[in-house]
Amino acid sequence: MKAFARLLDQLAFTPSRNAKLTLLRDYLSHAPDPERGWALASLTGALSFDAAKPGFIRKAAEARLDPQLFALSHDFVGDLAETVALVWPAKAGANREPELPEVVDSLRSASRREVPQLLERWLDALDVTGRWALLKLLTGGLRVGVSARLAKQALAQLGDVPVSDIEEVWHSQAPPYGDLFAWLEKRSDRPRADAPGRFRPVMLAQAIDEATDFARYEPADYAAEWKWDGIRVQAAHEGGQRRLYSRTGEDIAAAFPDVIAALTFDGVIDGELLIFDNGHAAPFGDLQQRLNRKGADAELMARFPAGIRAYDLLMEGPEDLRALPFAMRRRRLEAFIARLGSDRIDLSPLQPFASWEELANLRAHPPKGDPEIAEGLMLKRWDSIYEPGRPKGPWFKWKRDPHLIDAVLMYAQRGHGKRSGFYSDYTFGVWREDANGDRALTPVGKAYFGFTDEELKRLDKFVRDNTVERFGPVRSVRADKDFGLVLEIAFEGLQRSTRHKSGVAMRFPRVSRIRWDKPVREADELPTLEKLLD
Amino acid sequence: MCFNALPRGPVVRTTARLARSRLMAGFRQLLRNTPEGLYCPPGDFHIDPVRPVTRAVITHGHSDHARFGHGAVLATPQTLAIMAARYGADFAGATEAAGYGQRVTRNAVDVTLVPAGHVLGSAQAVLRWKGVTAVISGDYKRRRDPTCPPFEPVPCNLFVSEATFGLPVFRFPDAADEVAKLLKSVTLFPDRTHLVGAYALGKAQRIIRLLREAGYGKTLYMHGAMDSMNALYQAHGIELGPLAPATDAAKNALPGEIVIAPPSAIADKWARRFADPIPAFASGWMMVRARARQRHVELPLVVSDHADWEELTGTFNQLQPEELWITHGTEEALLRWAALNDISATALEIAGYEDEDE
Ligand SMILES: [Zn+2]
Ligand SMILES: [Zn+2]
Repeated sequence: MKAFARLLDQLAFTPSRNAKLTLLRDYLSHAPDPERGWALASLTGALSFDAAKPGFIRKAAEARLDPQLFALSHDFVGDLAETVALVWPAKAGANREPELPEVVDSLRSASRREVPQLLERWLDALDVTGRWALLKLLTGGLRVGVSARLAKQALAQLGDVPVSDIEEVWHSQAPPYGDLFAWLEKRSDRPRADAPGRFRPVMLAQAIDEATDFARYEPADYAAEWKWDGIRVQAAHEGGQRRLYSRTGEDIAAAFPDVIAALTFDGVIDGELLIFDNGHAAPFGDLQQRLNRKGADAELMARFPAGIRAYDLLMEGPEDLRALPFAMRRRRLEAFIARLGSDRIDLSPLQPFASWEELANLRAHPPKGDPEIAEGLMLKRWDSIYEPGRPKGPWFKWKRDPHLIDAVLMYAQRGHGKRSGFYSDYTFGVWREDANGDRALTPVGKAYFGFTDEELKRLDKFVRDNTVERFGPVRSVRADKDFGLVLEIAFEGLQRSTRHKSGVAMRFPRVSRIRWDKPVREADELPTLEKLLD
Repeated sequence: MCFNALPRGPVVRTTARLARSRLMAGFRQLLRNTPEGLYCPPGDFHIDPVRPVTRAVITHGHSDHARFGHGAVLATPQTLAIMAARYGADFAGATEAAGYGQRVTRNAVDVTLVPAGHVLGSAQAVLRWKGVTAVISGDYKRRRDPTCPPFEPVPCNLFVSEATFGLPVFRFPDAADEVAKLLKSVTLFPDRTHLVGAYALGKAQRIIRLLREAGYGKTLYMHGAMDSMNALYQAHGIELGPLAPATDAAKNALPGEIVIAPPSAIADKWARRFADPIPAFASGWMMVRARARQRHVELPLVVSDHADWEELTGTFNQLQPEELWITHGTEEALLRWAALNDISATALEIAGYEDEDE
């Protein structure tokens, strides 16, 4: 994100068109794929978000900084996003800073409710220019004077080709423009408007609103299938080109030679990349062993064999199916996968249902087998065409409710900004039995969201009243079999982790309830948690 | 910067109201605000007075702190040299030089000048009288500056702080990164002149040193207003490397070179002689975009000789004075911070100090 943020920053101060061109060309020649493609798309307006509302941004900042100090700062600076970027306090031990493709990818898949947490985490990890660029990107406020025409000129300069050559292929290219850059850098031929194996922009689903959508839509209009917990991919074999793309168009073929070898068809499929264990989907943690690598050796591929569970068929031979309704594409897909007879590429089965109630029940109690570890359900209108982006109505995702466990507060750390006087970051643990059969608490995660200001005051008092030891900003809190505080923790998923003593790491943990009433000995045990791994 | 590792004030806090007002009365006896600026009655001298007075202690050579025409001036030898270079040798009736750490007595008051880390010769004035210590910081910063010794924290009962950048929005980046930005721009635009606006005393020399530390060995071109301070810094042993006047009047002069000029000159007619110049400005104010845009700056460089928000509040946390007086800048946010952190603070209105770092 650093280089992109720096570019935006400079473009914003540079009035001259020629100087803008120089800055753009310099950035495009140094930034990696697919980052530069997404950068180009967001600069030219081909990609835009309105993921964060000003009100939310202000509230998030006021949770970190005294509101009066924030107001004085805002008065002085004028611009809200800039103020927040400037005053957002550094968070010690924050995650590494997010890269642009990661931000784009997360925003395209996150529901509205997930965006605030994502945003706060990113703000914690970025520097001031990065925070400013991120907030401008999220509020759709990227006005730095780059027209599509200027972008094309920069590309022409980058590849030393006439602008007209760029224009000829431009309309057939989609962010993040991998083929375009490959051509401009003389790594491949000029892309044809119909270049075989090119990335086709992906169709995404809206998160369903349980309160309103079910009343509005007919169950008979929709097909349901499981949303598998891998990564969404597009696999192509066209005109001798074999490609494997992530949802954002990143070519990830190098890390998955086993999958590439299995693309023995002629067409383009949309599916979920998974690790297969005798025809069954393995948990996401297994797939992680293979992600973000430059290659894969035989041993790794044997331990974690990858494959695709197909959702959709976009091209069959030379025929583009995307304008056909889902029902027809689905029939073609079923026949296509059956003909293929591959143990690496199988079909994501449809889940029959008659009513929304029945489907809700299936979601809460999935049938035995792979659906038990699915992320949730997908709903697709039978008559929906394959439409890039995230149209409202044709496709919905309906994720499973978060997991809940009862954990025990073990450590507390002082917060930042408005919370700087409070112990607001909580490390919690669950019971674990040691070799002698003695029960002890083992930390399993950390949460700093999910409670009201009133609750925070009570939690803070509890921490101060029951401190056992202090280490700098951290206090250990009394927690034994007879005394302690139980926190109900909600989280999205669980992965194996060698970095955590407990061997597990949670995704998006937050406090869902404070169980002042619950005896500590009744908190959950590690094996309960470990069951969620499988 | 690690404030925690430094010594803390020896002061025992008391919140009792009576004790507090007694203390305040004690502070007012030692130091009070007058139309001329801060005045020390038992020592009978002013500190950085904004009008001519009989006896003055001067913290540093910036013109709003160091004025012409006082009866007698006590300052560091470097500050006296700066004043002489600016105003001529007869800038005061009499002068007395006090090196850093050297104790001077004025009536019953002990005065010690201690490094403030602001510019060459800059000092905090430490006043000790009847067991009370008051520190008048002058302008200061807590970051490394290759042209002057670092700020020295002195435990005190009363701390008088500047507040030029007293808002949480001011958290300055590393100056070396800002200079790297400048150098990157120079390689990206080799046919254009980079015109860097920098305050002639302190900022200009710091930028030059930072450029040299970043490995820039080429000649740097100077606006005439820089000459006397550059010469003075060099005479004090600060190596500035090859410098030349930017007086080449030919059209499209000095492509690919860096020119340093007073901030007022970079958007002036004077700047038109250079090759498609890129106006840059080294100042803490460049943290805020609107400020940079107002001045038509295309390359803002956030380099300041003043303490930023973290340095100000970090210093207050470290010193834990019984009383904090805030002057000379935006004090409202610092007052709020002090209230949140249980530090007793007052804002002093002293007219006549300028918006420095310009
Ligand atoms: Zn000054
Ligand atoms: Zn000043």
